[in-house]
Amino acid sequence: MTRYFTDEHEWIAVDGTTATVGITDYAQSQLGDIVFVEVPASGAQVNKGGDAAVVESVKAASDVYAPVTGTVTEGNGALDGDPALVNSDPEGDGWFFKLTLSDPSELDGLMDEATYKAFVAGL
Amino acid sequence: MMSDDTEILELPLGDWHRAHGGRMVAFAGYAMPIQYEGIMAEHLWTRANAGLFDVSHMGQLMLSGDGVAEALEAIVPGDISALAEGRMRYSLLLNAEGGILDDLMITNAPMGHYLVVNGAVKWEDIGHIREHLPDEITLNHMEDRALLALQGPKAVDALARVVPGVEKLFFMEAGSFLWGHEPLWISRSGYTGEDGFEISVPTEAVVALADALMAQSEVKPIGLGARDSLRLEAGLPLYGHDLDERVDPVQGDLGFAISKRRRAEGGFPGGERILKALAEGPPSKRVGFTVEGRQPVREGAAIFAGDTQIGVITSGGFAPSLQVPIAMGFVSTGHATPGTALEADVRGKRIGLTVTRMPFIPHTYVRRGAAK
Repeated sequence: MTRYFTDEHEWIAVDGTTATVGITDYAQSQLGDIVFVEVPASGAQVNKGGDAAVVESVKAASDVYAPVTGTVTEGNGALDGDPALVNSDPEGDGWFFKLTLSDPSELDGLMDEATYKAFVAGL
Repeated sequence: MMSDDTEILELPLGDWHRAHGGRMVAFAGYAMPIQYEGIMAEHLWTRANAGLFDVSHMGQLMLSGDGVAEALEAIVPGDISALAEGRMRYSLLLNAEGGILDDLMITNAPMGHYLVVNGAVKWEDIGHIREHLPDEITLNHMEDRALLALQGPKAVDALARVVPGVEKLFFMEAGSFLWGHEPLWISRSGYTGEDGFEISVPTEAVVALADALMAQSEVKPIGLGARDSLRLEAGLPLYGHDLDERVDPVQGDLGFAISKRRRAEGGFPGGERILKALAEGPPSKRVGFTVEGRQPVREGAAIFAGDTQIGVITSGGFAPSLQVPIAMGFVSTGHATPGTALEADVRGKRIGLTVTRMPFIPHTYVRRGAAK
C-alpha cells in the first residue's frame, strides 16, 4: 500500500489497481467541524481533478476532487451518520470513497508523504 | 485570500487573539479571529457558559448637542425622544427610499446619544449621519475605545465579579462603571440571543480587561464563526447578508423597530413606502427555514416553489445547538406563512425547506419586570 497526496489536500492509498481516497489532517483542521459529507455512489465515474465529493463544515462548503481517474467501488456510508469521523480520523475511518484506477500512471504526478509534509509546512 | 493591495488593519486585541490560538482572517477590513478551538465547541460554550467576543471593529459614535434625539429621528424610524437615560433601542439607518443602510444600537447616555454601528459600513454611516444632522450636533467617532461582548447564561456571574454592579442592569439598559481607574460603558445587550453584556473600554485598557475576564472560569474566547452561528439560531439578521439598501424594515421583518408614535406621525426616510408596506404587506419578506436532511443550505441559494424561483437564501449553516441545518432568506409574501414547503437549489440538487418562525432557539434576555 502506497499513499500519495495532492496539492488540494486529498490523500489516496493505492493497492495494485484499487485505491482509497480521503482528505488530509491538514485539510480537516482548516475546514473545522465537519457536519455533512456527500460521497460518490458505487459505479460513479470520477475524473482526475474533477469534483468527486462535497464536504461541509459549520462555516463553508468545499469540493473534494478525485486525485486520479477511475470507477468508484464504494462510498463511506459511515460518514452519513457521523461526518465528524473526518475530523477525528481523516486518514483512517474518515475515508471518502474507494475506486478502481483507470490509469495508474496518473499517480506519478502526485506527492509522497515527505513532499506533502514539506508542502504543508510552506503554506 | 485577501488581495495584496488591501490594507488589513490591526485591532487593539490582535496579538491577544493570536496568543490565545485565534485563527485570524480579514473581516470588515480588520484582522479578526474566525475561531480558537473550533466553531462548534465555542458556540456550545457560549450557550452554556460565557463567551468573550472582540467586537472592536464596530463603530462607536457619540452624538451630542441640543436636540440630538429629535435630529436622530430624521434618519431612523425609532422613538428616540422617548428613550430615557440609560436605555437603548435597536434601530435602522434608512436611505431616502426607506432602504436599510445599517442596523444599529442607540443609547441615551449621559454624555450624548451613543451609537454602535456595523464595522463593515461604519465609514459610510459616519458620512451619512454627518450629512443629515444639523451642524450644531457633534459626532465623535470614539476610535480610542475598544468593544467587548460577554455573552451567555453565566456572563452576569463572570462580569459581576470583575465589575460589581452590572448585575443590576436589565436587558437594553446601560450605564457607566469604573474598573480601577478605567471608565467603562456597559450595556446588557448583545447579538447571540443569550443574556449578556457589551463593554466599551479605553483601548489602552482592553488587553488587561480581556485578561481579567478570561481569568473567570466561565469565560472562553469566541470567534466570528460562532458569533455567526449564534446570531443565526437567534433569528437575528446580519447586515450585508440578510439586510441591505434594497430591503426596507417591513421586508426585513423588523417592523418592531418602527415605534408606535413614528407610525402615527411618519417623518422618517422612506416613510411613505414603509407605512404602505406596514398597512398592505410587503412584496417579499425575511423568514426562517428548517432544512430537510443534514446538508446546509447557504447564502445565495435560490428558493423555489415548484419551477418558479420565489426567493433567495441570505444566511444559512449548521446550527450547533440544534444539530441540524437552518437558514434565513427572503421569499415573496405569498410563500411566507410558517409551514410552507419550498425547495432550495444547492449545486443543482433540490433540498426541502419549511418556512418556520424565528428565533430557532428562544432568547434568554433578562428583562426588567419579567417574572424570574
